Amino acid sequence: MNIVELTGVTKAYPGGVKALRGVDLVIEPGELTAIVGPSGSGKSTLLNLIGTLDRPSTGRVEITGYDVAKLSDRELSALRARHIGFVFQSFHLADGVSALDNVADGLLYGGISLSKRRKLARAALERVGLGHRLGHRPNQLSGGERQRVAVARAVAGEPDLLLADEPTGNLDTAAGSEVLGVLSDLHRSGTTIAIITHDQDIAQWAPRQVRVRDGHLVTDGGAGTGRNQTAAWEEVSA
Amino acid sequence: MSGADRAASVGSRESQQPARQLSPARLGLSDVFRVGLSGLRSRPTRVVLSALGIAIGIATMVAVIGISSSSKEQLLRQLDSLGTNMLTVQPGQTIFGGDAKLPETSVAMTKRIGPVTTASATGKTDTTVRRNSLIPKEVTQGIAVQATTPELLKTLDGSVSKGAWLNHSTANYPATVLGSEAAKRLGLRRVGDQVWIANRWFTVVGVLKTLPLAPEIDRSALVGWDAAKKYLDFDAHPTKIYERSSDASVEEVRNALPRTVSPEKPEEVKVSRPSDALSAKAAAAGTFTSLLLGLGAVALLVGGVGVANTMVISVLERRREIGLRRSLGATRGQVRTQFLVESLLLSLLGGVVGAVLGSIATMVFALYRDWPPVVPPWALSGAIGATLAIGSIAGIYPAMRAARLSPTVALATA
Ligand SMILES: Nc1ncnc2c1ncn2[C@@H]1O[C@H](COP(=O)(O)OP(=O)(O)OP(=O)(O)O)[C@@H](O)[C@H]1O
Ligand SMILES: [Mg+2]
Repeated sequence: MNIVELTGVTKAYPGGVKALRGVDLVIEPGELTAIVGPSGSGKSTLLNLIGTLDRPSTGRVEITGYDVAKLSDRELSALRARHIGFVFQSFHLADGVSALDNVADGLLYGGISLSKRRKLARAALERVGLGHRLGHRPNQLSGGERQRVAVARAVAGEPDLLLADEPTGNLDTAAGSEVLGVLSDLHRSGTTIAIITHDQDIAQWAPRQVRVRDGHLVTDGGAGTGRNQTAAWEEVSA
Repeated sequence: MSGADRAASVGSRESQQPARQLSPARLGLSDVFRVGLSGLRSRPTRVVLSALGIAIGIATMVAVIGISSSSKEQLLRQLDSLGTNMLTVQPGQTIFGGDAKLPETSVAMTKRIGPVTTASATGKTDTTVRRNSLIPKEVTQGIAVQATTPELLKTLDGSVSKGAWLNHSTANYPATVLGSEAAKRLGLRRVGDQVWIANRWFTVVGVLKTLPLAPEIDRSALVGWDAAKKYLDFDAHPTKIYERSSDASVEEVRNALPRTVSPEKPEEVKVSRPSDALSAKAAAAGTFTSLLLGLGAVALLVGGVGVANTMVISVLERRREIGLRRSLGATRGQVRTQFLVESLLLSLLGGVVGAVLGSIATMVFALYRDWPPVVPPWALSGAIGATLAIGSIAGIYPAMRAARLSPTVALATA
């Protein structure tokens, strides 16, 4: 089963903006895909559709085998809770709440008990290299560390798909590379990742690149090209 | 992936989908509270200020109810200790409009009524009591000089605070016992002092304690029946008869009194029950001062508007949080519940603080007035109920707004 399968997807916003004009995209399990394109080309729109935060105007969106059109808002919520993790450009961490609880609260809607949530959160934070920062609050963390907390929150529940919209957009190169390092580790251990960026270097780092321009996919390495390959991050940082 | 593969997988998926039902996990009660509380904890100042509005309203209402209940309780206890079995008889008006007089035999006749256990009388004299002869006659200070039968103290269930009650000898001599108020107004310090009544010195032999059922005695200088006749030109007609009977026979005695006291002119006799005034006061104290209650209700309403306002602002400010929660898998219902619970907790906080403050105010006021402090449990549960109602009404609109927010729009708000 494919993790993502878009068929003839279009998205028109009220006011007449056609953000997507017929997109076909398949992402297979274990792929690390970079979605690149200039500003306004429709990358975030595409990610919102994949993340089931929004519905297409026409076309078919299937995520982990579910046809989004057939699901109610409640069912979509459950789909997001169990199968999709999000990382946003601006972290979206709760102030005044420890890193551990920020991550644990990300599992709240998955029907997991508090003690289990904390256990999974600790493991996820250790996985992103923040095992020593469990009790720190967001304002006591660097930008890169904050984004790693957000990544930990997104992957703590072992989702089938990790979506990241410009995760390094608010970070300098060093902090950005920390976060990308974490993402490549996750990829190596089998997580399916789609990452939006307009940074060509980062796009190069991903095994598979999908280029978006004016609502169309212009080049795509093809499904499967981004699977289980070692990320070439070392080249980017060099 | 080939086209055939894709078709196959689509086919298998369509048959799979019903089997893999997606249903959102329910949040446990403790998680619902944790989430609601976390929203409040991040904005403590605002929470305290908006809870304060509710607290003031609830405190006002609880205090108003508490204070009036305490005062009622006080009056009821007083009634209980004073008894409601005393009746008094006074002369009314003659049919020609003049003042009637009670026959000299009235007390003796009253005692003959079966259930009557004790009866006594006082009779007003035309004289005044003064500190000394230099004070003009006209300055009475509202103190009456009254003749009294020796049984009066027993009938009134009274006692002396100083000195002694009139006995067989002092009742025949120029001696007087002062009511509590009379003693205060005359500035009397010691038993044995003398006061000036009708051109002669009378020795004060005692001072009575306050008599709640006979305030007229508090403002009297009492002189023995025979002494009054001898020294004060007293005409020996009682002006007020006091009697007590068993509780059960009060009505029977009340009916018998006019005919017994004045067989010829029963219509010229007025019977009353002094405890009725206290009972009426107790009943009145129980009905709360509606103006104050109304004020409390207005404060509560303003508090509710404050909570609603806080919640609306909170929803506007927390669009990103709402978007994030939706992306984490919260359903609309869960977002709605979160804000509703937050509003409920906010107003409940105000309600609990208000109930405590109102109870403390009642306590302090009651202790200050020497009343038994009473806060009826229904007032407290009513207060909590009112707060919950206000919290949910105030929270409904903001919660719906939060739930309606589209996740993409919420997340886009930087
Ligand atoms: N909610 C919306 N309503 C109307 N138009 C929208 C909305 N969101 C996006 N658009 C429009 O759709 C187009 C694609 O937007 P999108 O956010 O997907 O671009 P993007 O590729 O993510 O750009 P950037 O790199 O700047 O984030 C833009 O022209 C944008 O103005
Ligand atoms: Mg974008």
